[in-house]
Amino acid sequence: MAVKEIDKTSNGEAVKRVALVGNPNVGKSVLFNALTGAYVTVSNYPGTSVEVSRGNSTINSQTWQVIDTPGMYSIHTITEEERVAREILLNESPDVVLHVLDARNLERMLAMTIQLIEARLPVILVVNIMDESERMGIKIDLELLQKRLGIPVIGAATARKRGLDDIRNAIANYRGPADVPFVYSRLLERDIDEVQRLMKGEYVLSKRALTLLLLQQDEEVFELVRALEGDGFVALEAKVREIAFERRESFHLDLSLERKDIVRKLISGVVEFPEKRVVTLAEKISTLSVRPMTGVPLLLIVLYFGLYKFVGEFGAGTVVDILEGKLFEELFNPWVTAFIKGLIPWPIIQELFVGEYGIITLGFRYAVGIILPIVATFFIFFSFLEDTGYFPRLALLVDRLFKHIGMSGRAVIPMVLGFGCDTMATMVTRTLETTRERIIATLLLALAIPCSAQLGVILGLLSKAPGALMVWGICMLLLFLLVGVLAAKVMPGEPPMFYMELPPMRLPQFTNVMTKTYTRMQWYFMEILPLFILASVLLWLGKVTGFFEKMIIAMTPVMASIGLPKETAVAFIFGFFRRDYGAAGLYDLQAKGLMDARQLTVAAVTLTLFIPCVAQFLVMKNERGWKTASAIGLFVSLFAYGSGYALNKLLLLTGIL
Amino acid sequence: MKLTEKAEEILEALWVAVEEEGQAFLDPEKMNIPLADPVYAELSKHALIEVRQGMVHFRPEGRDEGRMTIRRHRLAERLMMDVLNIRGEDGDHRACQFEHLLNEGVDTKVCAMLNHPTTCPHGKPIPPGPCCDEARAQGDLGVVPLTEYKPGQNGEIAYIQTEDSKKMQKLMAMGVLPGNKITLVQSFPSYIFRVGYSEFAIDTNLAKEIFVRK
Repeated sequence: MAVKEIDKTSNGEAVKRVALVGNPNVGKSVLFNALTGAYVTVSNYPGTSVEVSRGNSTINSQTWQVIDTPGMYSIHTITEEERVAREILLNESPDVVLHVLDARNLERMLAMTIQLIEARLPVILVVNIMDESERMGIKIDLELLQKRLGIPVIGAATARKRGLDDIRNAIANYRGPADVPFVYSRLLERDIDEVQRLMKGEYVLSKRALTLLLLQQDEEVFELVRALEGDGFVALEAKVREIAFERRESFHLDLSLERKDIVRKLISGVVEFPEKRVVTLAEKISTLSVRPMTGVPLLLIVLYFGLYKFVGEFGAGTVVDILEGKLFEELFNPWVTAFIKGLIPWPIIQELFVGEYGIITLGFRYAVGIILPIVATFFIFFSFLEDTGYFPRLALLVDRLFKHIGMSGRAVIPMVLGFGCDTMATMVTRTLETTRERIIATLLLALAIPCSAQLGVILGLLSKAPGALMVWGICMLLLFLLVGVLAAKVMPGEPPMFYMELPPMRLPQFTNVMTKTYTRMQWYFMEILPLFILASVLLWLGKVTGFFEKMIIAMTPVMASIGLPKETAVAFIFGFFRRDYGAAGLYDLQAKGLMDARQLTVAAVTLTLFIPCVAQFLVMKNERGWKTASAIGLFVSLFAYGSGYALNKLLLLTGIL
Repeated sequence: MKLTEKAEEILEALWVAVEEEGQAFLDPEKMNIPLADPVYAELSKHALIEVRQGMVHFRPEGRDEGRMTIRRHRLAERLMMDVLNIRGEDGDHRACQFEHLLNEGVDTKVCAMLNHPTTCPHGKPIPPGPCCDEARAQGDLGVVPLTEYKPGQNGEIAYIQTEDSKKMQKLMAMGVLPGNKITLVQSFPSYIFRVGYSEFAIDTNLAKEIFVRK
């Protein structure tokens, strides 16, 4: 978890902290951005921020650190994201906790406010998305709610910049937590009392809240209490076990129902719903997108215009032609070559910068001229789609299908993102529920999902050989399904379950999409540019020292066994650094007329399947550990070679190409 | 009218003999309760039976009462088996004790909970009560898994049935709590339901575990 620590201001005084908590998709990240001016990726997709973002904000000339937490449904945590969010409440003791919730679902979400107040956390309630709830005709009496809860309650529509000043004022004038006014049933109160009395330590959360978490068998809270109670823990644990056993049939349910009852009383007279449910246009579009009869055609339209037309034709075609073809080949490269040659007299060093594998003429040209436009257009497409709220709908549409390859519909997001950047997608697999699902997703991303850069180059490469593109496409699809089905069969563990909140569909805001694309691009370039430069340097070294020649000779029999000329070895060595780099190498070979259609297809399939780029391998190692990453790496390499071999034989035998 | 347990047993035996075995009367010898027993006087006093030539006959009101008594007995048997999972002789024995608690509206609740069963575990018919007729008239499905609903149908969440407490908590956090109103929006390829103003998508396995009623 990348957590930046900003504990002190420049003049050394302690910084006050405000933490944003709440259900997924209620506008926490938008509020964070509005308060800090920094940008976190805001998405209309439940569960995309696993990382904790921090930023500073000056409120009433006092510096506050704002902490944005992943979405949580309850302080009794279940998922990894929820645990991260609670850690912040437990370990960082924020001075103010902003509980952000969705006005339309006040009743459901207030259950967590109750928990936060009960824990004696310094809560301010932000009732967000007021604009949409008003449009739906829901009336909320915030003053009455404030009186009943005993904490500041603010109405806001952060996406429309409404209520921000009120929130800042409330933070600046905050006066400590409320007295707990919520009483449970006599039976539960007795149980709480019995456990609470045995607790002697000093805690961040109230003993009442901790007791309830203990009774819900929260392992982490057990550890926390064990550490602080010392000798008294044995008696405490025995008591908790005793009560938990007595109420084993339905403790969770009873507690939820009691809270629901408290909330019901709280909001009676506070919320007024319209007589008739207002069906908005967004809801109608939403309906179209989830019915298979209309949803599948809609998906195809989205893919055709988004991926094929926008990313493929515009990004990989028009823009690449201008940048790579015109700007680099005709203008920049000749100029920079002349410039470097004039500056540095030694040919060997000249080679390093402007030679065949030069840092500038190859590394920089690939990165900026080819990869940048493709990836940028893809990220615009992806960010736009993400903000509309389409992905959860896509997820439910494919869930049945994905279950056959061992994943739930949720995994469709990393898979689609993989078409942009497999490395980023591998990081996103951590939002999947089970380890089993994460490993299968990581494997499929490494093996069968070509990233946008690679896809662009391969499409360009194969489009010149009719039929080749189709063979390549069918191969990739079949191998994806085959490996998925096999992995689902072989991998031990429970099949995944699928559940997902569907956020309302919205028209994305232009600035949001652009900033999001920008942040992703920034990340992408920080990640890949050093690799491109490293690759150029290593290739140059290999060429200068003659090691390269030896490698090519060593790999010639391997290449020959799958029917490829020895020059393709270069592309495969490139491919180790980045798959698209390798594919671009094939592009050069094809331009020289060294390969026929069959060889091109075999090479493209093998290279697409082949070892992911170095960056992806490193992320795989970080996310899944050395053992799994190495196993996947080895499997992928062997499988790629095997598939290339089989495909070559098949093509020779049938003479299709 | 509150009858003794023994009186209820006689009514049951009489109902079975008359309604299911086609006899005109019940021979008290078969019950091992001699005619001298005060229970017959109790039943006669309520005008449910009459004793003629040493045999027990129904009076019209008694027939209805017998019907409801046998209904309670068989509902109790279903309850033992379906819900409490007590089977065999032990189940029969407990059902006999339990049935006497099922009067004054409790039978209606149990019947609704068991979704208006038509047969007892031994395959004998359970005489329908007014609640069953009403449910049939309304096309009421009773308490069923969400998978049985048609898109657009509304209901109320009755209970969640899952062994997995994590799953249960997840569902409860999403607002799937007994008593909440729920609308099934779509059932294929995944289930979509609405609680309040939020929509959720779940797979079939989860949908099977949410039980709803009209």
